[in-house]
Amino acid sequence: MANPILQVENLVKRYGDVEAVRGVSFSVEEGEVFGLLGPNGAGKTTTVEILEGLRDPDGGRVSVCGLDPQRESAALKHEIGAALQSTSLPDKLRVMEALRLFASFYKRGRKPEELLQRFGLEDKRNAFYKELSGGQKQRLALAMALVNDPKVVFLDEPTAGLDPQVRREIYDIIEELRCEKKTILMTTHYIEEAERLCDRVAIVDHGKVIALGTPRELKAHSGGATRIEVRLSKPESNGALKSLEGVADAREVDGAYVLHSMRPPQAIVSLVKHLESEGNELVSLEIATPSLEDVFIEMTGRRLRD
Amino acid sequence: MKNFVALTRMRIRLAMRNKMFFFFLIVMPFAFFFLWLGVIAKGAPQVAAFYLGPVLAFNVMGSFWGLSAALVTFREQGILRRFHVTPVTASDMLASSIVANFILTVPMVLVELFLARAVFHVPTIGNPISLFLLISVGIISFSSLGLVVASVTNTMQETQVLNQLLWLPLIFLSGATLPLSFLPRPVQRIGLFLPATYLVNGLQQTIVNSATAWSRYAEILSLAVWACLTFFLSAQLFRWEPEARTPRRAKLLVAATAIPFLLLGIVENRTDRILLEAKSAFLSMTSPMSVPKTGAAGSPSKPATGEKPPDLDPK
Repeated sequence: MANPILQVENLVKRYGDVEAVRGVSFSVEEGEVFGLLGPNGAGKTTTVEILEGLRDPDGGRVSVCGLDPQRESAALKHEIGAALQSTSLPDKLRVMEALRLFASFYKRGRKPEELLQRFGLEDKRNAFYKELSGGQKQRLALAMALVNDPKVVFLDEPTAGLDPQVRREIYDIIEELRCEKKTILMTTHYIEEAERLCDRVAIVDHGKVIALGTPRELKAHSGGATRIEVRLSKPESNGALKSLEGVADAREVDGAYVLHSMRPPQAIVSLVKHLESEGNELVSLEIATPSLEDVFIEMTGRRLRD
Repeated sequence: MKNFVALTRMRIRLAMRNKMFFFFLIVMPFAFFFLWLGVIAKGAPQVAAFYLGPVLAFNVMGSFWGLSAALVTFREQGILRRFHVTPVTASDMLASSIVANFILTVPMVLVELFLARAVFHVPTIGNPISLFLLISVGIISFSSLGLVVASVTNTMQETQVLNQLLWLPLIFLSGATLPLSFLPRPVQRIGLFLPATYLVNGLQQTIVNSATAWSRYAEILSLAVWACLTFFLSAQLFRWEPEARTPRRAKLLVAATAIPFLLLGIVENRTDRILLEAKSAFLSMTSPMSVPKTGAAGSPSKPATGEKPPDLDPK
């Protein structure tokens, strides 16, 4: 780590008896897009909110731009930009007014006019916030996160709840920011988002980082094997499936069987033969190139989605 | 300071665009104003003068409805969270809503004073300094009360319930709607523990008796102290996050806001100054020529039943 702009060491946060974050550590270098990938409730948002200075940690050490978010939050807030989850603006605030208002809070910043243009909100400048579509609201949220030209940008689930087309629009914007070498910490529970946008990803589950690396490294770690997902008419034992020729690994996930294989054609042939001899039937079969989802399944035995 | 000004402007803008707020800020107060000064006073200037103080107090106190509702909405919708990641502070947020409310309420009061003189021929609006000070501490203190209400309640429903619980005694036991002297004696004594009573009496004495700011020091000072206390408390209890709950201990702190008027109420219950002043103002409606120069000089004798102005029939 040449120049970590953001450091998290052994972070702990409790809500009553529930430990939401249980010793999370990672660091982010300047200009890096870092992703926290994990299911809902994994502790991603809590971690980000502690870094933003919105919540106080119960243990561990964090530093953002060399500042302690807990004790130096006033100074920190000038250095960071954020698109929060579950937030809103007053219904009757106009787009341009919102940008001007938030720009006025900071010492330095970008021109609201320029942001409006860049985020394609020019023709919405006089629209009330409540008149915007979901995608427009999210674009405004991103524009507002950049209004002070921050050193670090926090994007908490930037595409949650958006339809696929709007999601791609947001991806383009984030990719642009990456080209500008902005430091970004984002959370997501979408695999493709993490794979496409992030330089490095920490996979988080139950308040812990269970894997960390570039998407490529993580996938390599899972063996780089193709995923074959099958549903069968009768249950099978994992052991029997695992011993098939060409199958490297097999496990049951939510009623389906996930096989990993370096030689998918061979694995499928042996699987079909095996099922025939057992009098079992193939209900469905899906083949997927390895993704971060496989890493997650391998580490937790659960799926990341839904 | 810069953030505070920007937020104040935003709050004023939003209030002007909000139909509900418009109704409560402009329509309701005017309706109330015309009801008392026009309909109930029946064109008698001295009766209109008597009711002008309570009507102004009613408007000033109304502040706390709008402010509590606005702050709770901001918190519930996650709007406050968005401001929390900016350099905006809790005091910026709270002070701006009070100042915005002040700027919106003062013109209303001025229009009412103008109409009282021009249309209802109220003889005088009294000492302008005293009037200004009372209106100001009134707006600030009742706005702060609204912010405290917003901070101790967790949902809009709770907020509205608490608002009602506070509002009814404030307007019915203080002389803001029914004249204080018109209430049974024990109820009058309870009224002496309410901040609203001091606001009503201060304004009424200023308008009816041209009382000076100096002679109203008890009212002005007590409301000012109360304003500081409630504002301080609202800043202590302020929450940015919708899911954050107020600890029980903090709710107890709210009881502290009652202390200034608990103490003052004990004193005033001994001296009966406010009650005597209210009664002499009440009597001034029937005998406009015998308006006492200083409030406390009123005769302690009870008004004969025959002297009761016909306009005060509660029905």
